[in-house]
Amino acid sequence: MIPESLRENALAAALDDLAVSAKFDFNELTVEIDPAKILEALQRVRRQLGFERLSTVTSVDRYPAEPRFEVVYHLQAIAGKQRLRLKARLTGENPEIESACSVYRAANWYEREVFDLFGIRFANHPNLTRILMPEDWEGYPLRKDVPVTGTRY
Amino acid sequence: MDGGITSELEVEQDYERHEQEKSGTRSMVLNMGPQHPSTHGVLRLLLELDGETILKAAPDIGYLHTGIEKEFEVKTYQQGVTLTDRIDYLAPLSNNLVYCLAAEKLLGLEIPPLAQWTRVMLSEFTRLNSHLVWLGTHAIDIGAMSVFLYCFREREEILRVFEMYSGQRMMTSYFRIGGLALPPPRGWQKRVKDFVDMFSSRVDEYEELLTNNRIWTGRTQGVGFIPLEDMIDLGVTGPMLRAAGLKIDIRKDAPYSSYEKFDFEVPTRTENDVFARYLVRIEEMRQSTKIIRQALEGMPSGSHQADAPGIVLPDREKMKTQMESLIYHFKIVTEGFRVPEGEVYQVIESPRGEVGCYMVSDGTQKPYRVHWRGPSFGNLQAIPKMIEGTLIADVIAGLGSMDFVLGDTDR
Repeated sequence: MIPESLRENALAAALDDLAVSAKFDFNELTVEIDPAKILEALQRVRRQLGFERLSTVTSVDRYPAEPRFEVVYHLQAIAGKQRLRLKARLTGENPEIESACSVYRAANWYEREVFDLFGIRFANHPNLTRILMPEDWEGYPLRKDVPVTGTRY
Repeated sequence: MDGGITSELEVEQDYERHEQEKSGTRSMVLNMGPQHPSTHGVLRLLLELDGETILKAAPDIGYLHTGIEKEFEVKTYQQGVTLTDRIDYLAPLSNNLVYCLAAEKLLGLEIPPLAQWTRVMLSEFTRLNSHLVWLGTHAIDIGAMSVFLYCFREREEILRVFEMYSGQRMMTSYFRIGGLALPPPRGWQKRVKDFVDMFSSRVDEYEELLTNNRIWTGRTQGVGFIPLEDMIDLGVTGPMLRAAGLKIDIRKDAPYSSYEKFDFEVPTRTENDVFARYLVRIEEMRQSTKIIRQALEGMPSGSHQADAPGIVLPDREKMKTQMESLIYHFKIVTEGFRVPEGEVYQVIESPRGEVGCYMVSDGTQKPYRVHWRGPSFGNLQAIPKMIEGTLIADVIAGLGSMDFVLGDTDR
């Protein structure tokens, strides 16, 4: 459900049935999607709303709040010169979400990066392995409960 | 003599045929890198070969991962500027700019025209700097030695401009949140003017060396093709897309830092090969020179920093006479400034393509999260698509045309 103030926004309205919430801040539209429906949302923005580019996929760790992780997708419509941010919240316990690789091939490496640094699993990803850290690394360095220096608090 | 060699070859071919019949066709795996002179950094490519044809390619990155995104979280906003230089060490000022723009968007700061124009001018110098390094090393990889020396001659002049402005040749950190670190140096006009007057003819020199050079065209034309739809789908940006005929440039599509006030063209080609990417970047150098000249001629006067006392460091003289300035100075230096809660995604056109800075603030003096969308990371993903099915000798030309920086890829 998107808030009343965004009813006028065609883009937000098109995602109404999949959205948990939405906001328009700093001239940027953010739509939070139910994590179970993320693939449907990505397919819709790509095929019907013209967002043919996935700029990046990343995550924000809200530790110790729950749901802990936000998976953030930045999308661009080249012809319409529009940008859109989709978001899905995941719990800290076994975070997992459907991979976007079947919709945007660019998601492949970005999701591997998120897996590598945050430990979020992407279901149906073709090659979910570490990409930046060494293969035998333990832990997920960008999580907020990992210190910047040393290995533990 | 001739007969001898031929018969020897025949014997060898017979032997190979015999071996293949025994074991079936065998492919060979070649490990290119992590230390390979043409990757300009540390990139490992696993190539599966059938003779000289590449069947499968798998890039392996991460050798230069330094955890910069994590480090942003323990630095104050202003300290973070110094980290951005080190991400893409050939385009430090573009990275400074995107980081500052993101923070300024969160803060709602209005940047004075002098600072904006200087930012544009120095960003274009950065583009020239990066393109010159690219051209020189790309040419040397393919075998044209002398171009490198010419390119580095002009790059030296650009580094001198950077040094004049910031005291640093490479890790400039000259753009700060709220404007510029220092007012433009005395005599900058002459140095910049000397450069732009000289540079157009220098670009002609590079073109004379390469554009009609038969070896160069032979190595680059028709090499490194990727269909445009695949590039968009794989996250490729920048000159690669423009060489495939797509007129896309963030400076035009979503102007930042007063780019809308400058008159320049976005060069495109349609051949979509290594040669077209070369021509696009050459033309971009001419356009950048044009922008620098406009900035030189129309440079507004005024302050180099925004009027934001709690964010911008106060004037040294004022600190000696006004107590508030001293307090602000103390507060900014010891604990930084608070940035309102929110999140922004700022993109700009760096020499390599779209660089994006996703900044999340929780209202404290340090960013809660900074994600860096480096253009090299996106571009590198398209490597298998580009080189699979081509000859191994074309890998070097293809990789060079992508113009990636491994520091930017691995962060």
